[in-house]
Amino acid sequence: MSEHIVSKKLYFIIFGALMVLTGLTVWVANLDLGRLNTPVALAIAVTKAILVVLYFMHVRYSSRLTWVVVAGGFLWLMIMVGLTMSDYLTRGFLTYPR
Amino acid sequence: MAHAETLDAHDAHRGGDAAATHHASANLAHHFDNLEQQREAGSLGMWLFLVTEIMFFGGLFTGYIIYRAQHPQAFAIASSTLNWKLGAVNTVVLIVSSLTMALAVYFAQMGSRRMQIIFLVATMLLGATFLVVKGFEYADKFEHHHFPGLNFQWNEAVPAGVSTHHIQMFYWIYFAMTGLHALHMIIGIGAMLFLIFYAYRGRYTPEYHAPVELTGLYWHFVDIVWIFLFPLLYLLGAHLTHGGGGH
Amino acid sequence: MSSHDPSNSPSSDPSGLGALGSRARFGHENYINANYGIKSWLLTKDHKRIALLYLASVTVFFILGGIYALTIRLELLTPAGDIVQPMTYNKLFTQHGIIMIFFFLIPSIPAVLGNFLVPLMIGAKDLAFPKLNLLSWYLYLAGALFTIWALLNGGIDTGWTFYTPYSTTFSNTYVVAAGLGIFINGFSSILTGLNFIVTIHTMRAPGMTWFRLPLFIWSHYATSLIMVLGTPVIAITILLVAMERIVHIGIFDPRLGGDPVLFQHFFWFYSHPAVYIMILPSMGVVSELISTHSRKNVFGYSFVAFSSLAIAVFGFLVWGHHLFTSSQSVYAGMIFSFVSFAVAIPSAVKVFNWTATLYKGSISYDTPMLYALGFIGLFTIGGLTGLFLAALGLDVHLTDSYFIVAHFHYIMVGGALMGYLGGLHNWWPKITGRMYPEGWGRFSALVIFVGFNLTFFPQFLLGYMGMPRRYHAYAEEFQVLNVMSTAGASILGFGLLIPGIYFIWSMRYGKFAPANPWAATGLEWRTASPPPTENFFRTPVVTWEAYEYRPMEEMEVIGPDKEQAAQPAHGEATT
Repeated sequence: MSEHIVSKKLYFIIFGALMVLTGLTVWVANLDLGRLNTPVALAIAVTKAILVVLYFMHVRYSSRLTWVVVAGGFLWLMIMVGLTMSDYLTRGFLTYPR
Repeated sequence: MAHAETLDAHDAHRGGDAAATHHASANLAHHFDNLEQQREAGSLGMWLFLVTEIMFFGGLFTGYIIYRAQHPQAFAIASSTLNWKLGAVNTVVLIVSSLTMALAVYFAQMGSRRMQIIFLVATMLLGATFLVVKGFEYADKFEHHHFPGLNFQWNEAVPAGVSTHHIQMFYWIYFAMTGLHALHMIIGIGAMLFLIFYAYRGRYTPEYHAPVELTGLYWHFVDIVWIFLFPLLYLLGAHLTHGGGGH
Repeated sequence: MSSHDPSNSPSSDPSGLGALGSRARFGHENYINANYGIKSWLLTKDHKRIALLYLASVTVFFILGGIYALTIRLELLTPAGDIVQPMTYNKLFTQHGIIMIFFFLIPSIPAVLGNFLVPLMIGAKDLAFPKLNLLSWYLYLAGALFTIWALLNGGIDTGWTFYTPYSTTFSNTYVVAAGLGIFINGFSSILTGLNFIVTIHTMRAPGMTWFRLPLFIWSHYATSLIMVLGTPVIAITILLVAMERIVHIGIFDPRLGGDPVLFQHFFWFYSHPAVYIMILPSMGVVSELISTHSRKNVFGYSFVAFSSLAIAVFGFLVWGHHLFTSSQSVYAGMIFSFVSFAVAIPSAVKVFNWTATLYKGSISYDTPMLYALGFIGLFTIGGLTGLFLAALGLDVHLTDSYFIVAHFHYIMVGGALMGYLGGLHNWWPKITGRMYPEGWGRFSALVIFVGFNLTFFPQFLLGYMGMPRRYHAYAEEFQVLNVMSTAGASILGFGLLIPGIYFIWSMRYGKFAPANPWAATGLEWRTASPPPTENFFRTPVVTWEAYEYRPMEEMEVIGPDKEQAAQPAHGEATT
């Protein structure tokens, strides 16, 4: 199992995509999309992160174990955010008599 | 030597010449059977370390998300005072540095010592550029008393229902996150110095270049953190003030 | 003495591998006599020596934490607060908690037994990153020194939980120093976990497949996952608390619009899984002990293995049960309550499978087995009372009472400590090459069991009757039970002294241990006692399943390390 060598050309393509997405995120931020601003910004950021992880960090060509480790890391972050939010988002559900 | 055979077989498999074999055995720690096992261990170790980093920054991201959800207006107002143009410049700088880092790894794989050093130096300089720009931004915030704490001042009017406490909280999260990020950049630049030194001495070969590869992983991770920080910190209030920018 | 002993007595061991002592008597070079001098220990990269460094340092902290515990029990002998001031009492229980949890329980089994055994059990020469391993011991020491510095300067009184805003705003004690100690110590824990995971993935001997691994390894793998995923969060939390104290900026301070409950979320995101860092390794030890000393394969191997992983994962989903009375939303409370009940499932799988392993086993009541049986009983009580506390309504009554104190001591002392002591006895022959005195071992195990129950069972009743925790004085009617508890603590303390004494005694005067005193199947028993620096004389090739126990006669034929015994031992020529 020797390591995979990514071609220089592919690196430049990914780099180009990252630059385009950076421009896109700035452009979108100046539009008023109402509630959608943050989801769109996050979607772009996630796309960029995935490109970096897959190609610059070679995960696309790595073992399944590496995939599991990377996915596990982000999953655990989601657990922390999600369950903490389960408290904050539902605090207002019960109205207390004043 | 028990593992001499394994090693030879390994290098034959790779088609390595005698010189490469010499390097390989010198770079193999005693408790590993072969370089492949050592490389796998190093790479898994680095990935696990990056997972701990995700959770480390994750604490701050969670804090950000919760307070942002509770005080969206205050966060947007505070965010619009950040200079998003400098932030965008830094984003570009970091992405270019990621490219140069990837190329440094590529040339290490190819065995080109000269190109490898050139791209390592480029990465380091781009990292330093990022820090200098960041320094100017910080200086501006200090000047305006926007660093949270006892000297924090907010002289502009705020809409009803928005507390300057929450504006200050945004700045605290901003400084904590970008500060930690900058610390990681400094550590990365330090690691780069070691790489350049050893690359100059010709230590890295197509067979053995794990340190370059692992530092690369770390550097790209730091880049990813910034990819999230930029929209979340700088661009929040951009659509409110139409263009934002510093004051 | 163990009934298995004669089968492997040194006299039947032609190579003399069983003998230890000076190199001359010992017959082979091992990790202890490989080289001498303080430097060879402090700069060692050998996982076995680092395990011993940890053993010495956690023991020091265990004694320190124990002294705090005894002082607390002494104060609680009488209803009035007559021995220490209220403030001093606050510091006593805080320091007892911090030291026992961060500097004893968390590193105890992983860093001592795990460090020693993980490479041996999988047939590796060392952990994947020996230098990181040494670094993690130094980080542990540095963290410990910061904490000791805080203690010497006047201590800390926030409770081991560091709840805000008390810790960030009001406490006048050394919160930052102690926090830094825990911060640094956290990196030691992260590095240990990272090292174990990589080692288990990449360093297994040929033929050592995942489902041939001892369950000790599975539980350490699960523990390491928690260390790697949870510890960074406590690190960033402590950093935020420290900044809030030093620079008066922060995100937990309600006066600045922050939310103190967020601190509790962060804190318990780590600290609840940290409970499983303490108990999971102990469960791994118990799986080994039960199997070895009843000479049977562990019942339902894969269930026990996967239940470790399940506990590690579920452990991250339940932290909110510490916040039932902290103004957390009741809807979140319901989720957390439900998942907390779910943790009982993998835990119960383990308890049932251990019990089923004992069924029709050839049980010998050696000291390690006594500890393992004690563990099963005490962990069951601790676990079941945990279900009381996971119930939303009942928790409101029991929270912050002595019921909680009793519950977590049943898990941490009854569970983790019993496992640690049992494991230490079981592998003592391997670690030192000497046997401990079996009679004293059994005696002290019984004394500890009785003392433990007398200390903590009354506390369940006290808590149920309404005695709150963390007060130095209490109402008259609680005195009888408190006297029982204090009496139990004295017996427990006495019981713990005995192994302390005979372990040290045995290092010089104990009987020489054969390579495999328990006729066990693990790889670690197929090398010499104590093992050579590179663990095995040559890389073992595994062709058998885990826990392939056979009748004793057959066991003798296979021989504990016939293969290696055939090879002339190193250093024999020099004698």
